[in-house]
Amino acid sequence: MTDRDNREMAADATFAERRRHLAHLSDEELYTLFWELTEEVVEPLLQAGREYTTPAIERSILLRMGFSSLEAQAIVRGVIDHGLMGRGAGHVVWKVSEELGLSIRESGLALAEGKHWDVAARLFDEVAS
Amino acid sequence: MKHDVDVHDCKEISESCRPTMGSVQPARETSIPLDINERLDVRKILDGLENYHSPRRPWHWREGRGEPRKIGSFDYLETSESLENSVPLPGSRGFGFIDPQPDCVITTEIASGRFEDDIRRMRMAAWNGADHIMVIRTAGQSHIDSLLEGTTQGIGGIPVTRKQCRATRRALDLIEDEVGRPINYHSYVSGVAGPDIAVMFVEEGVSGVHQDPQYNVLYRNINMLRSFVDACESKKIIAYGGQLQIDGAHNANATAMEAWKVMPELMVQHAINTMFSLKCGIKPENIALSSVPPTAPPAPCMRLDLPYAVALRDFFRDYKIRAQQNTKYMESETREATVTHTLNMVISRLTSVDIQSTITPDEGRNVPWHYFNINAVNTARQSLNGLDGIREMVDINRDGSLGERVRELKERAILFMEEILEVGGYFSAVEEGFFIDSAEYPERKGDGIPRELKGGIGADSLFKRSEDYFAPVSVHFGYNNIPDQFECASDAIGGDTFQDPSKIQFIDELDEYDNVNVRIAEKQKYYDNPNLIRPEVEFMADGVVVLTLMLPCDRRHAEAASLVIGERMGLSDCEVIHCQVMHPAEGTYIEMKGRIDFDIDLSKLELPEVIETLSEAEIRDDVRERPMTVVAGTVGEDEHSVGLKEILDIKHGGIEGFGIRYHYLGTSVPIEKIVDAAIETNADAILASTIISHHDIHYKNMRKIADTCIEKGIRDRIILVGGGTQVVNELAVDAGMDVGFGRGSRGIDVASFLVKRRREMLKERNDAC
Repeated sequence: MTDRDNREMAADATFAERRRHLAHLSDEELYTLFWELTEEVVEPLLQAGREYTTPAIERSILLRMGFSSLEAQAIVRGVIDHGLMGRGAGHVVWKVSEELGLSIRESGLALAEGKHWDVAARLFDEVAS
Repeated sequence: MKHDVDVHDCKEISESCRPTMGSVQPARETSIPLDINERLDVRKILDGLENYHSPRRPWHWREGRGEPRKIGSFDYLETSESLENSVPLPGSRGFGFIDPQPDCVITTEIASGRFEDDIRRMRMAAWNGADHIMVIRTAGQSHIDSLLEGTTQGIGGIPVTRKQCRATRRALDLIEDEVGRPINYHSYVSGVAGPDIAVMFVEEGVSGVHQDPQYNVLYRNINMLRSFVDACESKKIIAYGGQLQIDGAHNANATAMEAWKVMPELMVQHAINTMFSLKCGIKPENIALSSVPPTAPPAPCMRLDLPYAVALRDFFRDYKIRAQQNTKYMESETREATVTHTLNMVISRLTSVDIQSTITPDEGRNVPWHYFNINAVNTARQSLNGLDGIREMVDINRDGSLGERVRELKERAILFMEEILEVGGYFSAVEEGFFIDSAEYPERKGDGIPRELKGGIGADSLFKRSEDYFAPVSVHFGYNNIPDQFECASDAIGGDTFQDPSKIQFIDELDEYDNVNVRIAEKQKYYDNPNLIRPEVEFMADGVVVLTLMLPCDRRHAEAASLVIGERMGLSDCEVIHCQVMHPAEGTYIEMKGRIDFDIDLSKLELPEVIETLSEAEIRDDVRERPMTVVAGTVGEDEHSVGLKEILDIKHGGIEGFGIRYHYLGTSVPIEKIVDAAIETNADAILASTIISHHDIHYKNMRKIADTCIEKGIRDRIILVGGGTQVVNELAVDAGMDVGFGRGSRGIDVASFLVKRRREMLKERNDAC
């Protein structure tokens, strides 16, 4: 008997043993169990999605706010550098635009060029305090 | 059990702020005329592209599915509405050129590296029945942490950019009008720029996407947390776009050493992405499993793969099946790949299929070529037509070993899922190398792909949302602290690009040396003068030709000899692309590609004269006035009869339909006999069919007929017609016939010729008198 045969026999034994609690289930019960388990597996993954953001998510928001990919990248870089990612990059652009009376696009382009970050920092510090 | 979408604390967009199209209403392209008789000029597509706004394009299923349909002489059970313009299968000639369109969507994957050449291939594919055009991305795009822009050339695919997507969608808008069926355009929402790409795809009218965070983790080494967090946003956007999503589980099949053992894991991967997508808001009918029959011949693949297909459809009954072809065991032989594909489609039809994917049969040797895309689509169309309604007669027997195996696979998948939870969840399971292990679970071989939760690309790019986190857009997953004054988050910015596409920013080109304009300039003469051509397989005028050779020697010598042959034939860049031993010493079969370096000017070609046929009415009138009789048969030792019967029979549009009487003498008719029969019946013509052409036997038999007619003194009053698939008119005339009809000839061609020739002969006779 080869090693491989031994391994397969062992695996078969494992399967036979481990399936015991499934043996009495109907096909429909198997179906329900399979999807209940899957739901349990994915829930923590979804929770992470609710709680975190990433540069790609923030860029995607800026794209939808009317910025190009290059502009979005520059803004997100600034947002990361100034420790404001948790507030949302679109949020920063919007808040600065409100504060300075700029359009959304004017605000974002200025931030992309490195301007008004002092304003942004001040606005969000105030919120934090 | 129907799965409900779990919204939890994810602030859903209310109906009142559901995005609608704002001030700019995108319209489908109609301004560029597309002429069936002209190649599509990409320059017209690029002109004004910056102002072209493609409408949102939800996924489109074929119309008229599930309705019995009469097409030609047949009743079909699994078809959809027919196309307005198409190229029917070659074999349709025997069935009145019918072109039944199967009920499922048919995919073709196109990626030459230059989107401007891909567009023309898409047009050919659409004419051959593809309505799902999948664009493969260039190598490495997954790891670019941004959208790419412009039209740089790709490797093994194209850089998927806004400009490229917009141009392709604009061309597809024209092409779908030409064929008369909407075309789904598809690419990939994966890598570290998934959400960026998802947004761009909705904005640019992409209808189908691949999205599966497990793919990023296992095959692209992108950080797990980053991948799943990004995927939440991407999937939410996909849900809004109404796009169809395909998962990436089939990659496990292609990666595992012994693919037939990973079935339980495949089910687990499918389930994770399916449930995850559902919870992100994608409707079940827009969630598709990318399913591949895991094995291929010479393994007894049907017996191994069918129970898996059944188990999968049991567990995933609320979702769509995108049936992909097995490529794991694909070598360079296109015939072998085609047979595997065909067997896979037997499984598609015996179980179910919503999207039938096709892999080009040359994928084992090179980046797919134009005509292999078409071949693959035709393999699908042909097989699905042939298997139409098979389940009416053939049932899957679950009582025997199949049922046992189905049950076993389901249990193994459940045990796998249980162990994921036992070790602490998905991330821990990946860290422990659960996935892509090539043993059949619960056995483990230890060759899985482990990934660290804190490792991989983008590991340091996750940021916890603060309490005041705000995303001012209409579609967003997860926590969003929308200020009270706004009903909808995007009110803060006066609407986003999903609501007002005029806000979309278009970047044209970023690389002045690598872009479509430079490539067009390099091929300028072919663009300016459509009469100038070279053969092509991939790029415009690439000059690639293929030689097929059977060399009576061993493999090593055959490969070396073929390169010499190519060189002496004037080909450059010769390369053997397929080599197959017929016998160690007797012979080796070779397919070799090479390049020619000259152009052909179509305007300078001497074309054989197109013989105008008389109208049906004129032929009928002539025959009514002066009845016509012919004798017909297949001469020599030749048992072929189909082609001649089509020329004769009224039901195939044959000469009988014009009132011409015929005496059919059958097959293998001796020359003497056919001539004697003509004399006895006082026939106007002899129709001699000759299919076998070895040693020019067909022309030799024609010569014998002519000589016999001369001997018997009837040549000047009888019309001699030769026909057959290998017959060339000029050579038939040289052999003493009045005419030769080759492949593709129809009854009306023959009838018209007979009438015209008889008029000439009467005139000659009158003139002689």
